[in-house]
Amino acid sequence: MLTLLLLFVPLLASIICFALDSRNVKVFALGSTLINFGITVYAFTLFKNDIPDQFLVNYWWIENLGISFKAGIDGISILLIALTNTLLPLIILSSYRIDYKNSKTFYSLILFMQFALIGVFTALDGFLFYVFWELALIPIYFICLLWGGADRIKITLKFFIYTLSGSLIMLVGLIYLYLQTPGAHSFDIDALYNLSLSAEAQGLVFWAFFLAFAIKIPIFPFHTWQPDTYTDAPTQGTMLLSGIMLKMGLFGLIRWMLPIVPLGIAEWGNTAMILCIIGIIYASCMALVQNDFKRLIAYSSIAHVGLIAAGIFALNIQGLQGAMVQMLSHGVNVIGMFFIVDIIQRRMKTRNLSELGGLAHNSPMFSILFMIVMLGSIALPLSNGFVGEFLLLNGIYQYSAWMALFAGLTVILGAVYMLRSYQKIMLGEQHARSVEFTGLHTTEKIILISVASIIIITGVYPKPILTVAGPALEEILSHVKDIY
Amino acid sequence: MVQFAWLIPLFPLLGFIVIGLLNKRLPVNLSGGIAAAMVFLSFVVSSMIFNQVAQEGSIPERVVLFDWITVGNLSIPFSFLIDRLSVIMLMVITGVGFLIHLYSIGYMHHDQDHARYFSYLNLFVFFMLLLVLGSNYIVMFVGWEGVGLCSYLLIGFWFKNIEYSNAAKKAFIMNRIGDLGLLLGVFLIYTTFGSVSFREVFDAAEHFSNNDTTITAICLLLFVGAMGKSAQIPLYTWLPDAMAGPTPVSALIHAATMVTAGIYMVVRSNVLYAISADASEVMAVVGLATAFFAATIGLKQNDIKKVLAYSTVSQLGYMFVALGVGAYETALFHVITHAFFKALLFLGAGSVIHAMSGEQDLRKMGGLKKALPITHLTFLIGTLAIAGLPPFAGFFSKDEILASVWSHSPIMFWVLAGTSVLTAVYMFRLYWLTFYGEFRGTEHQKSHLHESPATITIPLVVLAILSTVGGFIGMPEIFHQPHLLKEFLAPIIYRAADHEVSHTFEYALMGVSFVLLIIIMYGTYTNYVTKKNLPIANDENLTGLSKVLNKKYYVDEIYNAVITKPIDAISAFVYKYIEKGFIDKLVNSTGVSLNGLSGVMRLVQTGNIGAYIFSMVIGIILIIFFKLIL
Repeated sequence: MLTLLLLFVPLLASIICFALDSRNVKVFALGSTLINFGITVYAFTLFKNDIPDQFLVNYWWIENLGISFKAGIDGISILLIALTNTLLPLIILSSYRIDYKNSKTFYSLILFMQFALIGVFTALDGFLFYVFWELALIPIYFICLLWGGADRIKITLKFFIYTLSGSLIMLVGLIYLYLQTPGAHSFDIDALYNLSLSAEAQGLVFWAFFLAFAIKIPIFPFHTWQPDTYTDAPTQGTMLLSGIMLKMGLFGLIRWMLPIVPLGIAEWGNTAMILCIIGIIYASCMALVQNDFKRLIAYSSIAHVGLIAAGIFALNIQGLQGAMVQMLSHGVNVIGMFFIVDIIQRRMKTRNLSELGGLAHNSPMFSILFMIVMLGSIALPLSNGFVGEFLLLNGIYQYSAWMALFAGLTVILGAVYMLRSYQKIMLGEQHARSVEFTGLHTTEKIILISVASIIIITGVYPKPILTVAGPALEEILSHVKDIY
Repeated sequence: MVQFAWLIPLFPLLGFIVIGLLNKRLPVNLSGGIAAAMVFLSFVVSSMIFNQVAQEGSIPERVVLFDWITVGNLSIPFSFLIDRLSVIMLMVITGVGFLIHLYSIGYMHHDQDHARYFSYLNLFVFFMLLLVLGSNYIVMFVGWEGVGLCSYLLIGFWFKNIEYSNAAKKAFIMNRIGDLGLLLGVFLIYTTFGSVSFREVFDAAEHFSNNDTTITAICLLLFVGAMGKSAQIPLYTWLPDAMAGPTPVSALIHAATMVTAGIYMVVRSNVLYAISADASEVMAVVGLATAFFAATIGLKQNDIKKVLAYSTVSQLGYMFVALGVGAYETALFHVITHAFFKALLFLGAGSVIHAMSGEQDLRKMGGLKKALPITHLTFLIGTLAIAGLPPFAGFFSKDEILASVWSHSPIMFWVLAGTSVLTAVYMFRLYWLTFYGEFRGTEHQKSHLHESPATITIPLVVLAILSTVGGFIGMPEIFHQPHLLKEFLAPIIYRAADHEVSHTFEYALMGVSFVLLIIIMYGTYTNYVTKKNLPIANDENLTGLSKVLNKKYYVDEIYNAVITKPIDAISAFVYKYIEKGFIDKLVNSTGVSLNGLSGVMRLVQTGNIGAYIFSMVIGIILIIFFKLIL
């Protein structure tokens, strides 16, 4: 039941938004996400680490096609739900000082997005997963299209078609798998896990799934929609995309790919790993030459998620645990970073590094919080980024020392582009326009302090995350290991 | 007492939090006072633990605080190791650290950002203590990167100056290059031993045969980390630039403690290095080259702090030579004496800079002896100590390094001995130019010349005393005194190397270094004071070797031309022609051609296709497309 509650509170709230006054809708949206956050906390208190598929709901949906509404929570999904439901209030709060046109639609879409995301993370039926996967695209498409920047129409169309074509290929793969299930066919995840396909068939399904996930994550060279979309989307859209939505792809790799096509991974995993690692170095280098800070963060995000994906393809527990921790850390850090971009942009009317400088004079508090978020993103020990990055690189090292060396370049390059940006924005003599930079407002403080606290707390004590995710990841890994 | 070891890093952490939160609400004496008091408390606890460890024998004790990262069979508790090595480091860090905090109260009195300064300084001490207390490589790495962060924050403390923040950034990035090596080394340790805890790794390593390839690889990777943190060729160029930070920071972080972290790590891992003679040899050669080249650069620098910075690089090179020849206790001995005399020299330089209203150029100083009597006397002691005059502290440790190198390789010995001569030359050049001759600064500076307040001079005096007597903890055999340090450290050294040299050699070494020193003192005095051969006012007019040395062999320029600029240029090129010009174009043209295709389809379908069907078509085409690539 808890699963249904987690799913349908946002959906209901999203519908109610339209019935409200546009003045109250912000408060309502925030309230509803806080309620869902509370439910998540409650779910954690009931959660048992070593039992799969808890809070299970299973109804027939289209019975004669073997499609059911089956959703449940395990160690992987509860963490991603926690991520979603922690970030959503912050994302809504980040819009508190902005008056969007058609705010009812805006908040309704965000809440609908929350519904779809939780659906993706809880679905235990292939078809249901696909439906939620596509549903999540619709609200973000409209958020970017209606409230985005100048080039939004062209950029959003590209983003939409690109990701949609990826997921349609995944649908083909899913239908193929469905047809291989014995007896009256079924989309049930257990049925799909139990398939034993030929290596060749697995190879094809691997690519069908990989393309969909690789576009969503995105993995080099399927990333070109991302910098444009992140840059052009409204801040809240960028936060939703980078903080949570791209985790759908990483989650997909873990839940819907590793256990289903282990032979496909045995054959093509190395290729995927190489793409991920090229992407880490490539995107870091692209970040080095950006002048637009928002675009720079977009590229750095490609590098970070590339590392996460590489950790998943390392196929060991360190890599998977690292991926899990880093999905959460990246989500928190990247929305912190995009919010910082937003704070700067709204005050300075520019995001160009060359036009900024010396902001540290105006707001010491901002410079400290910015520093903490930056340290999290360059993975300084005792920040959340370190735990993930350390485990990921360690996992990759066990897969191949050379891969770890190249992936490890992110340790250096990440520091280069982040410190450069920090220097250009915060340090040095005050820029003529920087004088106008005012101190942080209350909502801004709340968001950045929350982000900074999460960065430090999970960096110092990551154990709860590791214990919750552990058994579920071992379970995933056992499907892969059977093959070797 | 040992179980209270967590108090040691806790005090400075509390100091950091309290000062950081109250910030500008604190008056300068209070922020500095809290910071110094916190380090003093750590010092008291450290002393008690030191006594206990010294008395009760050598049983190393592990203090587990909490379970930090546990994944599969990888278990990383946040735990401390209290043994004879860590307690020595604790004493040096908290002792010298306290003196430098005290000094900073006087030094930073006029800076309105003093609270930020003291909070960073306390944070540094916290991380430095973690570094030496950690009972596994990862907790050590926490401290390792943490001190790097504080170094970054403090080098760029005066952040309005873009040059300073460049120096800070450079320090952080160069350290990160080393850190990647260290991380890879740790991963290899984990894959080899299935653990990252010191005790388990070293116990298992004892069974490896000499020059085992894996152990050599581990040692070399760890050494890459040490190169970054302890400023060895090729990763040393950040340290001279780091002098942009406030002078007490240079004394604490960039001379006495943080930069010796690499040496600490190697001593800690001595069982691994004892196995790998190859890695040790590499370390000795790199150390030797660094010691020599940095000393030559020091000869032609005119910034008082730059001379000391290159001297630090050079002295760190000495320590690596000692490590490379297996004289781990000797290297640690030099870490200790160097902490005393180099902190003294930096603080003395700070006192001079303070008196000179911020001037750091030796060419504008001169004759400061009268105005700064205490600074002068203590600085002289520091100079004698680093130059290696008996019985000052530097003599004993340096002598011991030379002796152990002699039995390893006479060629190395001669290069290192030559470096000692260079050391004495640049130090006395610095000393004479600063304190003797005529005052060469402006009238304005002259009228402001004053001896520093007590918070500054007291640390100088204490460090001067330590620089005088500190060497007695490690007397050579000919004095028939026990080598206290060697005996104390014996339990943590797995394979003690034998570096016995004959007594004749000892006497000769002592005699020759004494005579040489007197000659150098006299020679530099004649040159810089009697004949007034001052360094040329404009560096650009230098010629030949002097110019090359003054320009530091153009290493920064070379790095810039060979690494920094190409990476930026290639990235810019790739962004323009590959990212935008190829990959993105390919994606777009797929879209465009599909558009055209759908135009054709539309004719067939009489022009009314829903988005869903349209996308289905794209999907199918893409499948075919990707099947073709595969």
